[in-house]
Amino acid sequence: MATTIKTNRRDFLKIAATATGGLLIGFGWSSCDTPKVQVLSTEEVLAKAHNFNSFLSISPDGDIVIYSPNPELGQNIITSFPMIVADELDADWKKVRVLQAPLDNQRFERQLTGGSGAMPHSWERLRKAGASAKYLLLSAAAAKLEVPQEELYAEESMIYHKNSKKKISYGELVMDAAALEIPEEVPLKDPKDFKLIGTPVKNVKNKEMFTGQPLYGLDVYKDGMVNAMIQRAPFGMKIKSVDDAAARSVKGVLDVVVFKNNVAVVGSTTWPLMKAKRMLKIEYEPDGAVESTFDHDRLFAEMLDAKTAQIMRQDGDVDAAFKNAAQVITAEYQCPFLPHAPMEPQNFFAHVKEDSAELIGPTQTPDRARMETARLLGIPVENITVDITRLGGGFGRRLMADFVVEAAELSKILDKPVKVTWSREDDNTGGGYRPAVRYRFSAALDEAGNMIGYKLRGAGMNAGNTTRENNFPSGAVPNVLIENVNHRSTVTTNAWRAPITNFLAYAEQSFLDEVALAAKKDPVAFRLELLKKAKNEPVGQLGYDVDRMIGVVEGAAERANWGKNANVKQGFSVYFSHRSYVAQVADIEMENDQPVLKRITAVTDCGVVVHPTGADHQVRGGIVDGMGHAMFGNLTFENGMPKQRNFDSYRLIRMKEVPEVNVHYLQTPFEPTGLGEPALPPTGGAIANAIYAATGQRLRAQPFIEQKEYSSLNLQIKRA
Amino acid sequence: MANFNLKINGQSHQVEVDEDTPLLWVLRDHLGLVGTKYSCGIAQCGACTVHVNGEAMFSCTMPVSSVGSDEVTTIEGLSKDGNHPVQKAWDEVDVAQCGYCQAGQIMTAAAFLKKNPKPTTDEIENAMNRNICRCGTYHKIREAVAMAAKTK
Ligand code: FES
Ligand code: FES
Repeated sequence: MATTIKTNRRDFLKIAATATGGLLIGFGWSSCDTPKVQVLSTEEVLAKAHNFNSFLSISPDGDIVIYSPNPELGQNIITSFPMIVADELDADWKKVRVLQAPLDNQRFERQLTGGSGAMPHSWERLRKAGASAKYLLLSAAAAKLEVPQEELYAEESMIYHKNSKKKISYGELVMDAAALEIPEEVPLKDPKDFKLIGTPVKNVKNKEMFTGQPLYGLDVYKDGMVNAMIQRAPFGMKIKSVDDAAARSVKGVLDVVVFKNNVAVVGSTTWPLMKAKRMLKIEYEPDGAVESTFDHDRLFAEMLDAKTAQIMRQDGDVDAAFKNAAQVITAEYQCPFLPHAPMEPQNFFAHVKEDSAELIGPTQTPDRARMETARLLGIPVENITVDITRLGGGFGRRLMADFVVEAAELSKILDKPVKVTWSREDDNTGGGYRPAVRYRFSAALDEAGNMIGYKLRGAGMNAGNTTRENNFPSGAVPNVLIENVNHRSTVTTNAWRAPITNFLAYAEQSFLDEVALAAKKDPVAFRLELLKKAKNEPVGQLGYDVDRMIGVVEGAAERANWGKNANVKQGFSVYFSHRSYVAQVADIEMENDQPVLKRITAVTDCGVVVHPTGADHQVRGGIVDGMGHAMFGNLTFENGMPKQRNFDSYRLIRMKEVPEVNVHYLQTPFEPTGLGEPALPPTGGAIANAIYAATGQRLRAQPFIEQKEYSSLNLQIKRA
Repeated sequence: MANFNLKINGQSHQVEVDEDTPLLWVLRDHLGLVGTKYSCGIAQCGACTVHVNGEAMFSCTMPVSSVGSDEVTTIEGLSKDGNHPVQKAWDEVDVAQCGYCQAGQIMTAAAFLKKNPKPTTDEIENAMNRNICRCGTYHKIREAVAMAAKTK
C-alpha cells in the first residue's frame, strides 16, 4: 500500500537554477534550520564534490549524484542508502554516482557508524528525499506535457504518460522542477513496487577496491606530509625517561618527539620508523594500578562475592523463590578482553595550522574526532574539516578519537602535515578493548521444572552495565534479581561489535541450556515456554517484542530441523540486540568418531531487508566473527602490557575453520533495523550448546580452545 | 642506502632505499602503489600479497634487496581495467565488506588458479587459508574463486 508522508519542509533544500543554465535540485537528507540554496552547474557539482553538502542532485544531462553521509566500514551503507533514495526517485541506477560526504553537521544528523543504527535512523528520511524529488519532477512534467499529473508515471529517470506516447527525461525537467514549491506531503511507494530495495545491487566501490585504488586512511599521502609512528605506554604506566639516541641514528628518521605519554618517531617514509621505534629505550614507572590477568582473576572473584552491587532489576521475591526451589542451578561464565583488530590498523592524517585543522582518515565518529581536536587545540570547531576515508574495518574501535587527536597534536608540535600509522602491535596494545567480564547465574526451578527465580550478577572491567536487564528471560520469570559490579581498570575499554551482548548472549544462552537440561526439557521448548509466559503474563518491563522473539525461535528450529536427526547434535541460541532478532542453531556431526562442527543456521527478523547482499554479508560476517572470537580470541596482560600483539599469537579465524552457514530471514513488515551487530551475539552460545550436546562438556569460558576440557573434545572445526 | 632497479607491473622503477626495506613499503611509500596493503607486517595475514615471478608472496617480509630482477605484479597491474577473471568474479559475487583484505585475496587467488585451474573446494580452502579476512567474507571468497575457475 502506498503511503503519504508529511515532508518536513526544512528537510529539503530549495531548488535552484544557475545563470549558466547548469542546475541542480538539492534535497538535504536531514533537517536543518537554514536551508541554503546551492547554485552549482553540473561541472561544479562534480568538481566541487568534496566541498559541499549532502544532496541528491540531478543535472540537465540526467546525471544523479547522491552523497552518503555515514562512514563506510564494510556494512555497505554507501550502496544501500543511495539505493533507497534512487528507488523512491525511480532513478536510472546506472546514472547514479555515489560520493562519500565529508563531515557536515549543518546538513546531516547522526553522521556516524555504530550500534547498527544507521538504517533505522535514515530509512524514512532517505525515502522522503527520493520521493519528494520525484514528485516535483512529475509536477513539472504534467505542466510541460499538458496532462494531469495522475496520468504520469516514472521509470528509470523518465516520465511517461499512460494514455499517449508522451515521455520526458528527468534531465529535461530539472529546470522546471526547480521553480516549483516543495509539497506538504509526498506519496511513498508501496513496498511491492520497490525496484532496487530488496535486490542484490552490487557494491558501488567494487571496481576501486578490486583494482587497488587509494580508498583507505593509510592510502592518504599529501604534499609536504611526514610520517610518524608512536610508542604508547603500557596501561597504568607513565614515561620516566627516554633514550632516543639509537632511534635517531636510523637513516630516514627526522625527529623524535615526546608528548604526553607518547614517544613519536618522525620520518619521510614508514619503514625507518618501524625500525627506529624498536630502538627506543623508554623507562616507565607506575602511574596507577599496573594490572596483569592474574589480578583481573582475583578482582572478578571479589566482585562476584561482594556484599553490595548495583541493582539493575528486581521483580518479585527472589530470596523466597530460591528458598522454595526444588532445584537450584548456578554457574559462572567468563570472557576475556579482546582487541578489535580491524585489518587496517588505526591511522590518521592531520594538518594543523594556526587556527584551523584538516583531518583525514578512517573514523566511525567524525564529529567526535572534530570536537575532541577542537577542545584539545583550542581551535574553533568550524575551522576544522574532517574527510572520511573508507574504513578497513572498525568493529567499534574507530568510535574513539584518540588516534585522531594524537595526530592533530603531533602535527601542531611539528608544524607540519603528518600521517600517524599504527603498527599491528600498536593496534593490539593500544587499548579501547572489549572489556573482560565474568557472570554468575542462578536459576530456581519448581517441582515441575518451571523457572521461578533468576539471578544474574555481572562483573566487568570498565564494562559499564554488563547486563541487559530488560532483555529475555526478564519478563518471563516472576522473581528476578539482576546486578552489576564494575572495576575501574587502567586497561582502557570501548564498544566492540555488539557491545556487552557479544559475551552476555553466549553466557546467558549457555546457562539457559543448563537450566533446560536440569528441568529435563528440550532447550527450544523450554525457551518457547518462557516466551509464552512473557506474552501471557509479562512480569515488569520487557525490552523486547515477544512475538518477534518467538518468530525467530520457531523459524530457526524449523529451518535447522531441530531435534529431527539423532546423528546431528545441535545447540540452540537466540538473542535480541540492536533492534533485530536472531536465532541460531549449530550442528555437530560425528565423523570417524570425531565431532565436527558442520553448520550454523540463522534465522533473522530485521524487518524489511533493504539490501540482500549487504544483509547476507552482515549475518555471515557476524557469525564468523562470533565464532572466531569465541573459539580463539584472547588478550591477556602482564604488568599492564598485552601479551598477544600480532596475528601470530592473537589468532583470528581463517577460511578452513569456517563451517557452512545458512542464512534465512523472516518476512516481517517492520521497518528495517540494522544488521552490523545482531547476528554475532547468538553464535558463541549456539556452538557451546552444540559442543555440550555432542560431548557432554560445558565450556563456561572463552576462548574455547584454551579451556582445559577442550583438548579432550577432539572437536574438528574444519569443514569436513 | 642503495639503488634498486625494480620491475613492477611491466615497468622498471628506480628507488633509493635501505636494503632491508620490505617490498611492501617500497611499493606504498616510494612508488605510490597503495593497493598492496599493510596489516600485520609479519607474514601472517596476506593483505600485502603480490606476485613475484607469478608466485604469491607476502611483500611485508620481503626485503627489496632480495627482489633483484624478478617480475613483480601488484593488484594495480593484475589486469588493464580490472578485467582479470578473478577480479570479475569478485565483482560478480560481491565479495567485499570493508575490502581491506581483498586485494591480497585476489592476488593469492589469481596465482593459485594459474597453477591449478580446476581446483576442488578443499584445494581452494588450502590455498586461501593464508589470507585473513577480519570481516569474515570467507564463504564469498570461496564462491568467487570457484567462479573464476569456471569462467576462465
Ligand atoms: S601484512 Fe604481510 S602478511 Fe600481513
Ligand atoms: S573484507 Fe574486511 S578484512 Fe576482508
